[in-house]
Amino acid sequence: MATVSLKNLVKKYGHLEVVHAINLDVEDREFVALVGPSGCGKSTTLRMIAGLEPISGGHIHIGDREVNKLPPRQRNISMVFQSYALYPHMTVAENMGFSLKIAGKSQDEISAAVADAARTLGLEELLERRPSQLSGGQRQRVAMGRAIVRHPDVFLFDEPLSNLDAKLRMQMRTEIKKLHAKVQSTVIYVTHDQVEAMTLADRIVIMRDGHIEQVGPPEEVFRRPASRFVAGFIGSPTMNLHNAVVGAGKLVFANGDTLPLPQQFRDRVTEGQKVIFGLRPDDVYPAGHGIHSGEAAEVHSVEVPVSLTEPLGNETLVFAEFAGQDWISRMLNPKILRMGDRIKLSFDLSQSHLFDAATEKSLRG
Amino acid sequence: MNENQANDLKKMLLKFGHLLGLFIAMTIICLPGFWIVLSSLRPTVEIMAKPPVWIPQSLSFDAYIAMFSGVGQGGIPVLDYFRNSIIISVTSTVIALAIGMAGGYAFARYQFRGKTAIFLGFMLTRTVPGIALSLPLFFVFARLGIIDTHFGLIIAYVALNVPFTVWLIDGFFRQVPRDLAEAAQIDGCTRWQAFWQVEFPLARSGIASAGIFAFLISWNEFALASQLTRSTNSKTLPVGLLDYTSEFTIDWRGMCALAVVMIIPALTLTFIVQKHLVSGLTSGAVKG
Ligand SMILES: Nc1ncnc2c1ncn2[C@@H]1O[C@H](COP(=O)(O)OP(=O)(O)OP(=O)(O)O)[C@@H](O)[C@H]1O
Ligand SMILES: [Mg+2]
Repeated sequence: MATVSLKNLVKKYGHLEVVHAINLDVEDREFVALVGPSGCGKSTTLRMIAGLEPISGGHIHIGDREVNKLPPRQRNISMVFQSYALYPHMTVAENMGFSLKIAGKSQDEISAAVADAARTLGLEELLERRPSQLSGGQRQRVAMGRAIVRHPDVFLFDEPLSNLDAKLRMQMRTEIKKLHAKVQSTVIYVTHDQVEAMTLADRIVIMRDGHIEQVGPPEEVFRRPASRFVAGFIGSPTMNLHNAVVGAGKLVFANGDTLPLPQQFRDRVTEGQKVIFGLRPDDVYPAGHGIHSGEAAEVHSVEVPVSLTEPLGNETLVFAEFAGQDWISRMLNPKILRMGDRIKLSFDLSQSHLFDAATEKSLRG
Repeated sequence: MNENQANDLKKMLLKFGHLLGLFIAMTIICLPGFWIVLSSLRPTVEIMAKPPVWIPQSLSFDAYIAMFSGVGQGGIPVLDYFRNSIIISVTSTVIALAIGMAGGYAFARYQFRGKTAIFLGFMLTRTVPGIALSLPLFFVFARLGIIDTHFGLIIAYVALNVPFTVWLIDGFFRQVPRDLAEAAQIDGCTRWQAFWQVEFPLARSGIASAGIFAFLISWNEFALASQLTRSTNSKTLPVGLLDYTSEFTIDWRGMCALAVVMIIPALTLTFIVQKHLVSGLTSGAVKG
């Protein structure tokens, strides 16, 4: 059990700096997810924590030890690779017991630990097989088994589920959550799937181009994104984000259409300021087909034409044109709409987000 | 005739053609070997007969008996040659493999300055024919006083084989995913342990095939050996073949018999090692 702390951690490849002095403190037993688009430095950061990649600057602490220069084997960590990296010439049991064998444990101890982990992960039947004889999901499970057998201080996961199909991924997600509840270790989990991050993590770290954009619990990064980037990255379907200018207590969009300036931002913007207006699809719904956000709601309705619909069964995503752009809207209890139908679209402005167009930072206090 | 039947017929014809092609190819490959074995068993008149005598009239082991019956009675010091060949081939193969593994691993895993140039240089050394090297090597070896020694031939063969083993083994290490060694290090291995526990076992079949190649090259090499050896101290079997030539005659039967004696150990070794050449060992390491 241990904390992990990164202080001004830098990674350079030659002259190219790919991780720029990031700071992060992970609590003991906390589950932290690193998310961000491809190439933002998630894997690099994780590999630096693991000791697979030398660091170019800063400090890494695991527990109260500084591990900057320690090789992976002295860091007491486990890692699950995206490719699983199972040893093909060993059976499942040998794969899982390998770390204990290297540590010089007795055969009895190894068998007991492997059997224990196999029970936890439902692998008892497969212990004598080779990795090549396993399905993707089973390999994934063996990779996790290999990680938990040695009771490390910290688990590192690098996109462990990205090779699985959607259904299996959901199932394994639940299992990882259960596993964390059971083994109670500190976990750092890299993914580019924000749903995985939201469902699994105690805190989410959103990275972009080698910087950390925001750190916070899932509902905080969802409800109060600190920047336009986070707003666009977290949430599915993505938030509606459109440029506007503040004018006479209104938000004026490029084509001249307007929305009232949301109450909470009245004192936070200046006349003529360029802003980005954001509203999640849940908060812009065909009238009568959304969830009213209660007393504070500032609902503003506009009649607009439908440009496209995506029925999902229990709900329909409606693309409607307003202010010269498509807005995604989530329609609960859907009724059938056709292209060109005119609907009344309700904008719940109390749920809106406003970002400065230049800095892209949130204008919320 | 409907389309299905026509297709079936076409498939059968194709298969027949395929088998026939294979048969012809195999015959062409195997015939010389067969002819050598046959020639070692028949009298010289039959070997030299024109047109060739396809069905042997009389077969005997005379040539083999003569070969082993000692110098003076038509024999040659075949056991000495055999010993020299074994010592030189095995030692040079082991050394070439050791260097090949170190070099191949470095090429597969590490980035360093001039990597491509060095690699290309290795390959270029192999473009020089052995016979062209033999004279300069002779002078150098003569100065060093290592003409007609095992040591001399061993270093010549190591130099000959190293570029090749490095190149082959590099390819096999490249096929072992990097993740595996990293996973092993996380599981508590040092870099050295990770190599021996994970990467080496996975590249083993490739290393074995590089070993066979190196061994066969050393075992069969003639051009250098004929210049750098003098006596039973270091003469190898291919050079020993020349013992069957004299000023006016060539004992073809004896030569073929010695050739058979040379082929047998090489074939045996290839069969033994071939068992270990199981391919596809790396499958299942990573998704796919
Ligand atoms: N060995 C290397 N040499 C040079 N640049 C590298 C090297 N490895 C990674 N990079 C660069 O570092 C950046 C971060 O890479 P990293 O693998 O951490 O991305 P990531 O966030 O894990 O992306 P993904 O989601 O695609 O896995 C990328 O821009 C990449 O091109
Ligand atoms: Mg990555």
